[in-house]
Amino acid sequence: MEVKGTTISKQDIESGKVLFTKGDPNAHYTWDTGIGIGRYLEGLREGKIWGTYCKKCNRTVVPPRVFCELCFSPVIEWKQLKDTGIINTFSICYVNWDASRVETPHLPAVIEIDGASKGCGILHVLDEVNPKEIHVGMKVKAVWKRPEERTGSILDIQYFKPY
Amino acid sequence: MADKVAIIGVGYTPPRPLTPDVSYKEMTYEAAVKSYHDANLSSHKDIDGFVTCAEDLLEGTSIFDEYTPDQLGAVQKPMHTISGDALYGIATAYMKIKTGLMNIVVVEAHSKASNIKTLPHILNYAVDPILNRPLNLHPYYIAGLEMQSFLAQTKTTPEQCASVVVKNKKNALRNDLSCFGANLTLQEVLNSAQTFSPLTKLQTVDHVDGAIVFVLASEKTAKKLHKKPIWVKGCGWISDSPTLETRNWDECDYAKLSSKMAYKQAGIKNPRTQIDFFEVDDTFSYKELQHLEAIGVYKKGTAGEACLKGDLNPTGKTPVNVSGGSLGIGSLLEASGGFRILEIIKQLRGEAGVRQLKKNKTALALAWRGIPTASGACVILATK
Repeated sequence: MEVKGTTISKQDIESGKVLFTKGDPNAHYTWDTGIGIGRYLEGLREGKIWGTYCKKCNRTVVPPRVFCELCFSPVIEWKQLKDTGIINTFSICYVNWDASRVETPHLPAVIEIDGASKGCGILHVLDEVNPKEIHVGMKVKAVWKRPEERTGSILDIQYFKPY
Repeated sequence: MADKVAIIGVGYTPPRPLTPDVSYKEMTYEAAVKSYHDANLSSHKDIDGFVTCAEDLLEGTSIFDEYTPDQLGAVQKPMHTISGDALYGIATAYMKIKTGLMNIVVVEAHSKASNIKTLPHILNYAVDPILNRPLNLHPYYIAGLEMQSFLAQTKTTPEQCASVVVKNKKNALRNDLSCFGANLTLQEVLNSAQTFSPLTKLQTVDHVDGAIVFVLASEKTAKKLHKKPIWVKGCGWISDSPTLETRNWDECDYAKLSSKMAYKQAGIKNPRTQIDFFEVDDTFSYKELQHLEAIGVYKKGTAGEACLKGDLNPTGKTPVNVSGGSLGIGSLLEASGGFRILEIIKQLRGEAGVRQLKKNKTALALAWRGIPTASGACVILATK
């Protein structure tokens, strides 16, 4: 059985025929980065990617952390990694926040950083690449902002591109 | 059903108004490591399940339970988050063990209140969006309404409410975890800035950061792992109807009913004689008095006089908030009840130092979920 329902038009809402209450959140936060992520962001400001190595698990992770979430040990070593890696997974995104189509697709990807353990990488975006040519295992390199523009943010890396 | 359940481990970070040096994960990790050490666990892998107590909007992260396993050693373990105070977490862990489903369960709560730049606005997001929020008032007006009704109905005086602040801030001076200990007079409390009348500024908590982690275990495991297991004798939790228009303003039915639930399990007939001391929510001065009357420790309209006379002091007949309470330590959002439990554990173990009470066999903790709620939880702990 088809249930037709009642259509509501924009005019119905604007004229007050349909009642509703609007609200915009006033929600603001400043998240403390802490020791692990703090040093990671400092590194990005200097154009370096830091990871941490857990000897017990023989595992190097990025972004770094001051304890190993698997063996729960605080004994970690800081390790500077390369700014290159390979694509673990990616998506070609054609849809905007408002569901409109984008002209140039967004290209998020997880990049396994060279020097980190298998499966450990950075979530970032790709550019300077033909979307049709992107593939799992593709070698990519970070494109950094100029030193004077860096702020200690994940956005200090503009994007990754093939090399 | 397992016979008994005990708390065998507690770890925490000292509450502080600001903690820019650590992330919430690092803070919680520190508390977890200390707690597991206190419980004499040989490995985090011995833990069967985890409960965290957190609100997405207080964290600034949706589906916050996704971010809780790493810092507890809970990766790929049963874990869930309760959007409520740590006492709800204790009650949940208690049930998990009671059913026999799990043997060792961890409860975690923390506050990063300093990271929330618009806390009153976040709290206002808990009031009805259609009926109440459009009035656009700082939500602490709800405490003003409640206190006004409590004073009118019980004939409690502003001086008696102020005496709660004097007591708790003085108690806090003997607690090295407190951030807001002070020697104040009644007049200083009453003459502090008027805020949400009849409340004054000093009758309201300030917020702090901190983390706390508990380890609970079944009877056999508890006795094997710890010399001084603290037994959970009863738990209760109640949510009243939330509407501000029709709620019972002068009495706390959530406190009355949640304590009744816990008393039944613990076999408490007369809380004043059977419970040695109390750690109850004191987010606002009057709440401590209102809670004591609701849980049956004092009759309606008599808790204020008792406080003013000194009966609620550490040396009085009924010690209340020997820790300093939230007025003295600071409010830790969902971890506030956890720090009430911490004081009880220290007292019952005989590890409270200069605050050590002589009568320390049975104690009660009561948490309120804060503005604008009419909900709370109660836990009774004992040495036997």
